[in-house]
Amino acid sequence: MKISVIITLKKDVLDPQGKVIHQALDGMGFNDVNEVRQGKFFEIDTKESNPKKATNKVEEMCKKLLANLVIEDYKIIDTQ
Amino acid sequence: MKSSVITFPGSNCDRDMDVALKKFGFKNKMVWHNDIELPKSDLVVLPGGFSYGDYLRCGSMASKSKIMKSVINFANGGGMIMGICNGFQILVETGLLPGVLLRNKYLEFICKNVFIKINDEQNRYFKNINNNVLELHIAHNEGNYFCTKDQLKEIEENDQIAINYCDKSGNIGEQFNPNGSINNIAGIFNKKKNILGMMPHPERMIDPYLSGEDGSIFFKNLINNLK
Repeated sequence: MKISVIITLKKDVLDPQGKVIHQALDGMGFNDVNEVRQGKFFEIDTKESNPKKATNKVEEMCKKLLANLVIEDYKIIDTQ
Repeated sequence: MKSSVITFPGSNCDRDMDVALKKFGFKNKMVWHNDIELPKSDLVVLPGGFSYGDYLRCGSMASKSKIMKSVINFANGGGMIMGICNGFQILVETGLLPGVLLRNKYLEFICKNVFIKINDEQNRYFKNINNNVLELHIAHNEGNYFCTKDQLKEIEENDQIAINYCDKSGNIGEQFNPNGSINNIAGIFNKKKNILGMMPHPERMIDPYLSGEDGSIFFKNLINNLK
């Protein structure tokens, strides 16, 4: 099954890339943007077929490698 | 004195470090990241570079490589480990040092000489050093030291801040902060101060004709402290 995860910087961590993208959008005329936060997306295809077990495994992966919990949050957004 | 420099795929300051260590009297061995055993060492160095192409996060892949198990055991037994630049990033990713190194505040790769002030001399890296301000070189894209408020309080209380960015007289101020690091932090220790991580490269300042000799001051003092 496939598990999708997004990892973003925590709210109180400065995201300079997001800021620059925001400025660029502003310059292009998208003036109504409040904030842009940039993140990472992972699609993990696993042999595990039990959704709960698979989700738990992916959570462990996030904690141990995919995210650095000092600065990042992870969110499992899809399981199929 | 025996030292080991670990080479990861993408390390590029490993040989400079080898030259520097040997110049000041270390018997140095190069250790490949896929090795399991660490040779007997008085000092282990994680060098600068771009290990694993900086994939995922700088230092994150290297922190999981085979040799790191031995490096972590060595650290937990009180062994001296120094991480320079990417080596510092690897040390925070292993959890041996607190905090994390973020992208530089102004999104630029910074390559220049800076001055750093040595904060704490009650450790084997900087004890008895003659100058407490050194001119060293930095070259990094992710050197913006960040940690939580609780972590910052803890490292301040334990005198774990090893070096700060400053001017040539040792004044620490935001205008001398190249990358946005909290409190101008350029390097930190673990609690026991056997592990040092820092962004500046002392190994690039060991030749009076090519660079400057403030790195020599550091290495000469280091080997004397280890004897």
